[in-house]
Amino acid sequence: MVANSHEPSRRRANGEREAEILAVLQEVGTPLTPGEVVEHLHDELTYSTVVTILTRLHTKQLLTRTPRGRAYAYSPVADEPGLAARRMRGVLDERPDREAVLTRFVDGLSSADEELLRHLLGPEQDLDR
Amino acid sequence: MHVAVYLPLLLSLLAAPGARILAERCEPRLATWLLTTSAVVLAAASTASLALLAATGLIRIPPLATIGHWSLQVAQRDDPAELSVAVVAGVLLAAAAFAAAHMMWRRIRSLARAALDAACVPAPDGLMILDDPAPDAFALPGLPGRVVVSTGMLRVLDESEQRILLAHERAHLDNHHYLFVALAQFGAAANPLLRPLAHAATYTVERWADERAAAITTGDRDRVARTVGKAALAVRRTPVRSPVRSPVLGMIGVTGRRSPLSGAGPVPRRVAALLAPPTGRRIGPALITTAVLLAAIVSTGEAALDLHSLLELAGA
Repeated sequence: MVANSHEPSRRRANGEREAEILAVLQEVGTPLTPGEVVEHLHDELTYSTVVTILTRLHTKQLLTRTPRGRAYAYSPVADEPGLAARRMRGVLDERPDREAVLTRFVDGLSSADEELLRHLLGPEQDLDR
Repeated sequence: MHVAVYLPLLLSLLAAPGARILAERCEPRLATWLLTTSAVVLAAASTASLALLAATGLIRIPPLATIGHWSLQVAQRDDPAELSVAVVAGVLLAAAAFAAAHMMWRRIRSLARAALDAACVPAPDGLMILDDPAPDAFALPGLPGRVVVSTGMLRVLDESEQRILLAHERAHLDNHHYLFVALAQFGAAANPLLRPLAHAATYTVERWADERAAAITTGDRDRVARTVGKAALAVRRTPVRSPVRSPVLGMIGVTGRRSPLSGAGPVPRRVAALLAPPTGRRIGPALITTAVLLAAIVSTGEAALDLHSLLELAGA
């Protein structure tokens, strides 16, 4: 019960933790193992939490990793244009209220919406490019 | 007080049909103002009604009567509401206050973080291009805000369509649409009967931005309709995100009837509105909305005065 009540705030904090760890890696400039990341963090995150977050960032293609000893050393993806942007969106995606503050140009269509849309716009338009 | 105190709650029942009429028949900018104002005013009036009803329960509690020096007999003889009603009102009031405060807190945090993100992003002209093959575009509110567009989206659109997309997203930021949506949702959090108003406001801000985009660029509304359609179909072909908002927005359609657009999501309805002739400046819906809001305000005021005179009568 107690663990449950902590769950939402923990999930909400994930985005912040990702941002923090990314900031550490950018600042240090050399690849870091999870253990080294833990040492650089102000927060008292456990080793396993840091490993989880690093793995998630790697899955999001925000980090590259190279084997070092028994662990991986992580570094940010080379500073290509758009990395800041991608990082920002990745971090935004973690937030429960994010959709409410972003105004998207178009939202997802249902199958019925798609059919209706094609009907409205007529066949003459080359909509599929 | 017997009738007046319930009127704001009854008027809230008009939110569902009213939201549909305003969203579909009214010019989008005016509709957004009316929807947001209605949500805030009706939420305030209905919350005040709950507070007044709850107060009629409080004045009958003997220790409070002793402290406040009013006569329990008078308070109980002239009681405007059953004790059970007062208790229910008190519970609803607490729930409304909690929901509204929670929503407000969350939204302020989200907006502040969005503003922080926007400030951290290097984009001197306010436009940021994401190197991402999935088509996506959104406005990130901030001081100043940013328009974020993925390369995938730019690839799908030709140059004039790209200008339309940017004009649409800039219109969201320039006209502070996130504030309208936040205020309408704040009202809906305090009074769930007002949710149709908030849903409709999220739709009318899109319509507002569509019409601004048409006015700023070529003035060709058909072209804006095609751009919206093209982008939506492109997004549909690459489903990277779970469409979080579509079920919520889809609910607007439930309130529509008979038209082939009933039950449709926001995108086909936006496209249909752009392909139809522009909505003229009709003042009918605005007048009716104003009358309803005034009725809510006046009845709340009257109920408050009644409670005040009851307390005076009881010697408080």
